[in-house]
Amino acid sequence: MTDLALTNFLIRTGDDCLIVGHRLSEWCGHAPILEEDVALANIALDCIGTANALYTRACDLGGGRRTPDELAFLRSVTEFRNALIVELPRGDFARTIVRQYLFAEYELLLFEALSSCPDPEVAGIAGRTINERKYHVRHCREWVARLGLGTEESRSRAQAAVDELWPYTAELFQKDKLLEELVASGVLPGLDGTSAEWTDVVSRSLSDASLVVPADVFQHVGGREGRHTEHLGHLLDEMQIVARSHPDGKW
Amino acid sequence: MHDDVANESRFQERIDSGEKIEPRDWMPERFRHQLIRMISQHAHSEIVGMLPEGNWITRAPSLRRKMALLAKVQDEAGHGLYLYSAAETLGVSREDLIDQLLDGSAKYSSIFNYPTLTWADVGVIGWLVDGAAIVNQTMLAKSSYGPYARANLRICKEENFHKKQGFEIVATLAAGTTEQRSMVQDAVDRWWWPSLMMFGPHDNDSPNTAELMRWGVKRRSNDDLRQHFVNITIPQAKAVGITIPDPELRYNEESGDWEFGAIDWDEFYRVIKGNGPCNAERMKARRSAHDDGRWVREAAAAYASRDTVAAEE
Repeated sequence: MTDLALTNFLIRTGDDCLIVGHRLSEWCGHAPILEEDVALANIALDCIGTANALYTRACDLGGGRRTPDELAFLRSVTEFRNALIVELPRGDFARTIVRQYLFAEYELLLFEALSSCPDPEVAGIAGRTINERKYHVRHCREWVARLGLGTEESRSRAQAAVDELWPYTAELFQKDKLLEELVASGVLPGLDGTSAEWTDVVSRSLSDASLVVPADVFQHVGGREGRHTEHLGHLLDEMQIVARSHPDGKW
Repeated sequence: MHDDVANESRFQERIDSGEKIEPRDWMPERFRHQLIRMISQHAHSEIVGMLPEGNWITRAPSLRRKMALLAKVQDEAGHGLYLYSAAETLGVSREDLIDQLLDGSAKYSSIFNYPTLTWADVGVIGWLVDGAAIVNQTMLAKSSYGPYARANLRICKEENFHKKQGFEIVATLAAGTTEQRSMVQDAVDRWWWPSLMMFGPHDNDSPNTAELMRWGVKRRSNDDLRQHFVNITIPQAKAVGITIPDPELRYNEESGDWEFGAIDWDEFYRVIKGNGPCNAERMKARRSAHDDGRWVREAAAAYASRDTVAAEE
């Protein structure tokens, strides 16, 4: 039972990483400066690499009935369990950077907690991921500051990104049966307090960049139950087209 | 005048004895000009070259291939960075060079004006296009201009890895389903001749070759490099059961060369002049990335000057 719960948790955490990595990879060749082509691709690679590691562990726990590639390329939109924030279109550079910043701060807290997971494989993946996520946080926070404090246009674009994305942030910390079960059985450390810690850290960075944190806005949820935005279907159509067109193909 | 003649003969002596020319050394203006042209074309090729393959990052059929392709396109951006830096040692700025690319006055490798139609193109580009680039860059890694030679040395190491990955994709598809096999053969049919054109015109039609060889910037001629590429590639094609789309291909026992049919130079010049299948699209993609990113660069500049002002106060 716990194995199943952990498997599902690893898959949904992997889904977050894969989908956000896919969105970042859309920038490759189109970034505002060459250094950002390199940096965004680098962050995308880290995220997809983490997804691959988490899926691999999930598949092992599941007795090898599925492979990581099947999880990525052969599940339908309602089977994905990523949070909605990662599937939203990449938008402009401000939206990509603000999303990545908000998400990386969440991931950093999550992987710090997971580094003490009793499953040594999961703890190992988390431990390796922390340093990468520290870099993501640093890189994106620096850009948040440049955009927030740069020009009038960059500030207004960054503020628009914060306003658009904030209603999708609470889902990252949403408690559900799966989490409760994993915490109760000691597989996951309690994540109580991470939401407050995240809000604290993120609010400070945003206000340092003269950006305003929206107060009391409606929060969208649904991704963890497979109830997605329309955007995910289009993303999966593109991501899965080659794999699905050749069901017997090896790549 | 007298000094120039003396300098120039001393310069040629240094090259002939195999010395590298470094940024602060005296060099003829024409040498500087030719190198800026070559290095910037090479840099632009890396940047425009991100587009045809980048086209498949979001559709790569497995996690491993997706990561490898993303890493590869990222390497190309990195190569662009080293090359623009090498060009900057000659007294030009990256911004000016990029402006020349965007206004159409600078060239980039014509190979990137062909479309990537299927996943197999990603494998075939790695195998043939990177394979051809390596042949050229291995020579340029011995170039007489130090910064360019060193940039190529670094680039070659990464390109060899790309070629290996590309060939692995080709081999996998060639051993795959009927559809996969026909997909990879079709990709080779489309990319073979443009890959041979990457080495440039025949030696007797190449206006720059003699001068560049005298200066040690290039060490082998276009035809010589092209022949070498064909010689190493044919056995690889045979090993995986790929047919090269050239009925005139023959092995010459005496010379040890694979002799090949006539290249369609009309196509070559048509694409160089801007009428390849994707010239307009590639430039449009680069220009919109540049235009859409202007506000970001302005923000970064405003933020940086704010730091400077704060530090001075």
